[in-house]
Amino acid sequence: MRQYLKLSWRNLWRNKRRTLITVASVFLAVLLAVCMRSLQKGTYANMTSNAVRFSTGYIQIHAKGYQDNRSINNSFEKGEMLDSVLTANSNVSLSVPRLESFVLASSGNHTKGVQVTGIIPELENKMNNISGRVTDGHYLTDGYDGLLVGDGIANYLGLRVGDTMVLLGQGYHGITAAAQFPVTGIFHFPDGRMNNALVYLSLHNARNLFAAPDLTTSMSLLLHDPARQQATVEQLRQALDSNQWEVLNWQTLNKELTQEIAGDNAGGIIMLFILYVVIAFGVFGTMLMMTMERSKEFAVMIAIGMRRSQLAILLFFETVFIGLLGISSGVAVALPVLLYFKINPVKITGTAAEMFIQFGLEPIMPASLDPYIFVNQGITVFLISFAASIYPLMYIGRFKILGALKK
Amino acid sequence: MTVIELDDIYKTYTESVVPVHAVNGVSVGIDKGEFTAIVGPSGCGKTTLLNMIGGLDAPTKGKIRIEGEDISRLSDKQLVDFRLHNIGFVFQAYNLIPVLTVRENIRFIMELEHRDSKEMQQRVEYLLEKLDMKDKLNVRPKYLSGGQQQRVAVARALASHPKFVLADEPTANLDSHATEVLLELMATMNKEEEMTFIFSTHDQRVMDKARRIITLEDGKVVGDAKTGI
Ligand SMILES: Nc1ncnc2c1ncn2[C@@H]1O[C@H](COP(=O)(O)OP(=O)(O)O)[C@@H](O)[C@H]1O
Ligand SMILES: [Mg+2]
Repeated sequence: MRQYLKLSWRNLWRNKRRTLITVASVFLAVLLAVCMRSLQKGTYANMTSNAVRFSTGYIQIHAKGYQDNRSINNSFEKGEMLDSVLTANSNVSLSVPRLESFVLASSGNHTKGVQVTGIIPELENKMNNISGRVTDGHYLTDGYDGLLVGDGIANYLGLRVGDTMVLLGQGYHGITAAAQFPVTGIFHFPDGRMNNALVYLSLHNARNLFAAPDLTTSMSLLLHDPARQQATVEQLRQALDSNQWEVLNWQTLNKELTQEIAGDNAGGIIMLFILYVVIAFGVFGTMLMMTMERSKEFAVMIAIGMRRSQLAILLFFETVFIGLLGISSGVAVALPVLLYFKINPVKITGTAAEMFIQFGLEPIMPASLDPYIFVNQGITVFLISFAASIYPLMYIGRFKILGALKK
Repeated sequence: MTVIELDDIYKTYTESVVPVHAVNGVSVGIDKGEFTAIVGPSGCGKTTLLNMIGGLDAPTKGKIRIEGEDISRLSDKQLVDFRLHNIGFVFQAYNLIPVLTVRENIRFIMELEHRDSKEMQQRVEYLLEKLDMKDKLNVRPKYLSGGQQQRVAVARALASHPKFVLADEPTANLDSHATEVLLELMATMNKEEEMTFIFSTHDQRVMDKARRIITLEDGKVVGDAKTGI
């Protein structure tokens, strides 16, 4: 073994320049691949965690049918049973009840359709820190103060803190819902759509408004470990009667974001694929040259008693060395760079930034240091260099000793 | 005792347009401990014959038995192992492994045989002493003269105590000092370790040391004589 390693290592440096160029190509590919994936994954995680915090949570529980017909009539009474199921699940870190419905909001001559969300201020704030987004006035403190309105709506309706907003719509089972509330605070989210559409009331006030005492339209859950999301969904489905409840993950609830991520991810994978094809050919070319130019030497080695399989091991180690050198140097350079960008996320500007904002996200690209990325790219590049050595290995298996000896 | 037996050997190369009859019915027996030269003009079939004895090439017709074993029945892998444990090859060109030092080149075959490292070290020292090259232990082949490289190649072939040494014009490119040293070593090994030597050669200096001279012409044996040395 040591003998093989020694021979392979030295063989590698017989043509220093060629080996260095090959290693450099692997290095660059790994560096690019790791950085790209890291920024992508980081961005996705950021998108997801942002999106789920401001909207559905990782998992949402509804009364059965609410997902298809988002009516306040499809609401439920959150009983002790649901509470105990949620407390019993070890991955659920926070469960936040909401009562949501659409109403017309007006002030003076202006009217606008808005979504009223009834929240428990303290819980909601734990989930998404809305209080930090309040730009004027203050956050809801308890069950009885006024409403929190997005700055887009406030501007449209000409409202300031302390002004009164009139809400008019339909409550539970068609009862007219009408009330007026003072504006307690004005918030600004990165997502423009939310600023133009959302009004928060305390759950208590919302229930009164909609004549829906004790009712809730959704329970949004945050998780300790988002990676175990699907298992948790299954557990909850097991525990809850499927005739009465629906348990959905954020991917189902937020199809737009899911598709956006899937599309971007596919683009990234195509890029990677092209990158990998390029380095595969580079490594293949080098291995082929390293094999062909030594055919006489190999023939001598076989003549004096070395098996072809032993030669193949030698060649394989040479490929492994090239792969390892490229991968380790690539990762070594990528790590500190990505660490920097994890702490100081890349700020996005221009049209790309607008797209982010449109999706309700902060326009930043944090890097992810998920070890999975490094391991994955490492293994892939390794397999590629392995694949690149298949033909040279086959050549070793069948080239004619005599012909090579006579060269 | 006959250890190598060539029984009516033919070799025809058919790769070219006109078939080449390189060896045409050679029957020879080689006894244990012989020090034999195969001589004859260029193209008479010396290399082909040695390659067939070493299992690098297969006869078109006829049988080669080594210590009673028909080597045509061995697989490619068995042949490699057979060469590893029984045959020392010396080529006309030195053919050392360029990335290994003198010491590592000489140990190469012994390493493949997993010999004891102490034994290997002693063997390397002994051979280099005999070849007058002790100072070149850690030098790579490209820093050696042709004569020095061929001495290392011979040391490599002899190091693992092969039963048979097949040397194809080993002195063709050497000056007389190098030739002298090599022949001396081979004669010693022949005597002390009972290795059987078969050379092909044009070289009068080699023929002068041989105890048997087999003369080939157009792939046929035209002379076979003991020299009385
Ligand atoms: N692979 C081959 N294909 C065709 N002809 C060959 C091959 N190898 C050797 N020969 C021919 O066989 C004959 C014997 O060659 P060889 O054994 O090398 O002779 P020597 O070693 O005595 O010079 C020569 O005519 C040579 O050209
Ligand atoms: Mg020849």
